[in-house]
Amino acid sequence: MHELSIAESILNIALCHAEKVSATRISDIHLVIGKLSYVMDDSVQFYWDTIAKDTIAEGARLHFKRVPAELLCLDCSQHYAPDGETLACPNCQSTRVKVVAGEEFRIESIDVETPSSPSPLPLGVEG
Amino acid sequence: MPLNVPIVENILSANDRLAEENHSRIEAAGVFSINLMASPGAGKTSLIEKTLPRLTDKFRVAVVDGDIATSLDADRAAAAGAQASIQINTGGECHLDAVMLHGALNQLDLKQFDLLIVENVGNLVCPADFRLGTHKSVLIASIPEGDDKPYKYPGMYRGVDALVINKIDLLPYIPFKMDFFQRGVEALNQGVITFPVSCSTGEGLDAWIDWLIQNIKR
Ligand SMILES: Nc1nc2c(ncn2[C@@H]2O[C@H](COP(=O)(O)OP(=O)(O)OP(=O)(O)O)[C@@H](O)[C@H]2O)c(=O)[nH]1
Ligand SMILES: [Mg+2]
Ligand SMILES: [Zn+2]
Repeated sequence: MHELSIAESILNIALCHAEKVSATRISDIHLVIGKLSYVMDDSVQFYWDTIAKDTIAEGARLHFKRVPAELLCLDCSQHYAPDGETLACPNCQSTRVKVVAGEEFRIESIDVETPSSPSPLPLGVEG
Repeated sequence: MPLNVPIVENILSANDRLAEENHSRIEAAGVFSINLMASPGAGKTSLIEKTLPRLTDKFRVAVVDGDIATSLDADRAAAAGAQASIQINTGGECHLDAVMLHGALNQLDLKQFDLLIVENVGNLVCPADFRLGTHKSVLIASIPEGDDKPYKYPGMYRGVDALVINKIDLLPYIPFKMDFFQRGVEALNQGVITFPVSCSTGEGLDAWIDWLIQNIKR
């Protein structure tokens, strides 16, 4: 699996956005992952603890918001959640379907501390 | 109070951006490109070996081979007539990504070619997530893998533009319910163009070659 590449991508994006607001620490990272994207939460957090070491994201908690899969049948317009076995429409068995939700794979936001916000870190860090 | 910074950025956005850059380069050079994906041993290199001799008198073909180690597959592609063959060793990574293909493109004078075939690392999970920037993604399934693979590896089956079913010469010897397999494919990727072939006997390869040629000429 490639949870390591994923953890590295998340770290790069988070560090880049944290720098824009002169953050001194990243405490939390909010991820939105669709059910159709296959990622092991625990493995990503495991790699995180290694790769984020000595960065301002060290120790950050990763929060995974899972979005259920939602499909739209292009033949009978039924909206439904697939049962796992098949993606086919439960109403008319059609396989002409469109994924409406469930493919999400993004960072939604990060919680950071900035020099101006009260911080457990020593002050005097330039912003 | 800690600050919440909204981002809303795709986790693999860096890869996706570079994939787009790769795509523009390939497109600008007038090359048609495919990303061949399959589990280990499904017959990616065998298909390349069977394909090249039927194209290289009319078209110039470059092959980029991704493997964790060795240059065996790039050597096989060169022996089969590829005008250029480049081996990428991923050093453990289970997939190629846009950065690796970018590096390989730097070693190619793209304008010299009509077709670029990328053989991805043998893996039925990870390559699906990492776009490379090729025109089409092609999945090779093979009979000995079993007919349940679309059900077990939906991510891979969902995202491809063409499906090759290799080793059909083994159908008499292996329990493989073709209709069960194809129902699974249909449910994930309706109407995907499918080529049942045997790289051993050559059966079915004509349709595959025709599809490639049509795409090269477009
Ligand atoms: N019976 C049969 N064997 C095949 C066929 N195509 C390939 N093989 C055999 O399958 C084995 C693996 O083929 P490769 O082409 O090396 O497979 P690959 O997908 O490139 O493998 P990796 O690059 O290692 O992931 C070889 O022993 C081939 O001879 C076929 O159509 N029929
Ligand atoms: Mg190979
Ligand atoms: Zn329906």
